[in-house]
Amino acid sequence: MSGSDSGGAGRPTATGEVGATSGTGVPAPRFAGAAEIAGGVRSGRLLPRDVVEEHLARIESAEADVHAFNLVSADAARAAADRLDAAVADGRDPGALAGVPVVLKDNLCTRGVPTTCSSRILEGWLPPYDATVVQRVVAAGAIVMGKTNLDEFAMGSSTENSAFGPTHNPHDLSRVPGGSSGGSAAAVAAGFAALGLGSDTGGSIRQPAALCGVVGVKPTYGVVSRYGLIAFASSLDQIGPFARSVADAALLFDVIAGPDPADSTSLRDDPPSASARLGEGVDGLRVGIVTELATAEGIAGDVVARAREAADALAAAGAKVDEVSVPAVVYGLSAYYLIAPAEASSNLARYDGVRYGLRLTGGEAGRDGDDGDITEMYLRTRSAGFGAEVKRRIMLGTYALSAGYYDAYYGKAQQVRTLIIRDFEAAYERFDVLLAPTAPTTAFPLGAKTADPLTMYLNDVCTIPSNLAGHPAVSVPFGAGDDGLPIGVQVLAPALGETVMFQVAAALEAAAPPLAAPRLYSEGGTR
Amino acid sequence: MAGMPTRISTDEVAHVARLARLALTPEELERFTEQLGAVLEHAQDVEGLDTAGVPPTAHPLPLANVLRDDVVVPSLDRDEVLAQAPAVEADRFRVPRILGEVP
Repeated sequence: MSGSDSGGAGRPTATGEVGATSGTGVPAPRFAGAAEIAGGVRSGRLLPRDVVEEHLARIESAEADVHAFNLVSADAARAAADRLDAAVADGRDPGALAGVPVVLKDNLCTRGVPTTCSSRILEGWLPPYDATVVQRVVAAGAIVMGKTNLDEFAMGSSTENSAFGPTHNPHDLSRVPGGSSGGSAAAVAAGFAALGLGSDTGGSIRQPAALCGVVGVKPTYGVVSRYGLIAFASSLDQIGPFARSVADAALLFDVIAGPDPADSTSLRDDPPSASARLGEGVDGLRVGIVTELATAEGIAGDVVARAREAADALAAAGAKVDEVSVPAVVYGLSAYYLIAPAEASSNLARYDGVRYGLRLTGGEAGRDGDDGDITEMYLRTRSAGFGAEVKRRIMLGTYALSAGYYDAYYGKAQQVRTLIIRDFEAAYERFDVLLAPTAPTTAFPLGAKTADPLTMYLNDVCTIPSNLAGHPAVSVPFGAGDDGLPIGVQVLAPALGETVMFQVAAALEAAAPPLAAPRLYSEGGTR
Repeated sequence: MAGMPTRISTDEVAHVARLARLALTPEELERFTEQLGAVLEHAQDVEGLDTAGVPPTAHPLPLANVLRDDVVVPSLDRDEVLAQAPAVEADRFRVPRILGEVP
């Protein structure tokens, strides 16, 4: 699915070929970052409309290959840019993200703009409200470029479980971008936007960030409001930033973090600052490599090598680096694939054809048919509206919660969760942050893992423990694999440890080998 | 606590599908039984873990009874919400009969 928001053309039509930073008629060889754009707009050096046209030109040129979007909001983006132009001209503060193009994962509610979760069951639905994060980025002057593709209801690790077709990795179009936030990761990597928002339940921001060569952050549970994020597994879901640099990710984090009365699980206190200690280096900080995650089954040799090199780089920068055992994390995957489906089976019970989205009745299929009985309507609506992966997880969760199996599955998984938290707490007595690979391999070919769900689930082995613990983690690009594709390394921190996490991430970024930009445009170059 | 159950059967998958209001084709039933079996088998590695006396964690935050002041604040617009419903009658969501007889 793709389209344009307000009437007119079905595809974005970029007329402004002149890039705001290149001025040569071709997209800039190096994509301008969020801080750079906001600084330029705030000082009057850059016009928001030029920034928007430059990004729309890249979308026009490469989106047909990448398919990052479910919806490109070209007209709304132009209108927002014009309003911002007027604000700057009037001398009003245009905000910390002034003129910065941002993309939204399509499970974040946008008032009056289709929000699909890449599912047929929400077809045609127009949310009656904006998610809190959407309100905050727009209030900060960011310009929404569109809604991005995802695995249906954020269930997947490749963005292939989308009812609207897969997203392709900008670094190699025959490969997956990761998932579930694959559309946002690909859009940021391709220069369709400087920033992206995703959601991370078991790695759905960090794993696609790693596979697409961008920075992806899962904040501490409760630091970012989930109001307006369509629920998958409520005790694990967290919204977070994508960016092409650690500083840009920090900028976005600082805009979206903070208490929200509309989310009862949002923390009441002021959030940690992500930007406070960027550039301060890592001298004297204690960094632990998680032994179990660096040696986990299925982690490729090149991925382990980059993680070790990342640790060496931090040691060279003055950090005290050592190995640390966090024994219970090896049970994280099993616990997660009981807990997350259990919560999902409950959360997705609301898609019943009554209040929104698809309704199929026993008689004639139609939005106002009321023949047949209600159970028939539930069955028809849910069977036609959900894809295979969503059905699998609903059934897995229903089974894990059912009488007779609750203790053996769900109860046991909740105890494992306690053990993982305890083991992390013990590790953080000796270390400021922990280091681990993000994804077991570089981006894999489309279709390679769709036949066997368990193989797909193994992608999340290194990212899941942070969700179960509620802790923050960030994936930072660190070199390439034997196939030349991006590899990410994770920095993990204790709850509310974002300040030191971003500090270490910035040092890692500074030490990382240069990564080639996606070769989507005639003028390539590095970012 | 009893040990882990034996491998999930097609009857059990058919049962949970019914509980979850999902209608499966015979092919889906067979494929899902195989796939769910493989996932549950992997999940059984937690069986060997000694969790005696370990309290369960349902949520990463120790929150309880999060309350706000009991004051009226604006809510979602009723017409905007109802406009999204598949069927509406007299400002309410309209659904098929839920009982076996016409009132």
